[in-house]
Amino acid sequence: MTKQDLPQSDWDANNKRNTVRLAWWTAAWVITMAIAVFGAQFVWKSIPWLILTGILVNLAVGVGMIMANRRHLNGLDEMQRKIQLEAMALSLGVGLIGGLAYSNLDVTNLIAFDAEISHLVILMALTYMAGIASGVRRYR
Amino acid sequence: MKNRLKVLRAERDWTQARLAAELDVSRQTINAIEKGKFDPSLPLAFKAARLFGLTIEDIFQDD
Repeated sequence: MTKQDLPQSDWDANNKRNTVRLAWWTAAWVITMAIAVFGAQFVWKSIPWLILTGILVNLAVGVGMIMANRRHLNGLDEMQRKIQLEAMALSLGVGLIGGLAYSNLDVTNLIAFDAEISHLVILMALTYMAGIASGVRRYR
Repeated sequence: MKNRLKVLRAERDWTQARLAAELDVSRQTINAIEKGKFDPSLPLAFKAARLFGLTIEDIFQDD
């Protein structure tokens, strides 16, 4: 049987479905986040119930994204889960240590600008991606 | 940990993708196990042993 003849396994198909599902939930979360922020700034400026609705919808979609991520992780095989675990541990550690150090720089006025939460999110995302790349390379 | 997965696979003329499908793991995981870069869990080792009709010790050996 050649690789081309090989039928896609249930595990493989399920894994792909979980990945696509996670991508859709993530996209929905980003879109609802943009609506909540920019809607409040530019469209429904001072209507509290609309602002609150935007934030609650974003929060609800965020819960869906977390569940989709959990499902995705549970569907991975043991080596993939190990790579994910190590990357997430690295991301959490760097986020915590780096985030608090960054906050201290702001509190002690050693930096001229405010420490933004978005910088921390970017740092954690980049660390997570570097961790995944490192894990994939290690087991190649 | 050393293993005979590559030999057993070659005897059956299976690709890594075929073995991965049989064991419900990714092809990359099979490749890492064959190269000794990743040690499989006990359930996965049992699954491989069942698939080849051998014992775990026949497939996996401690370094």
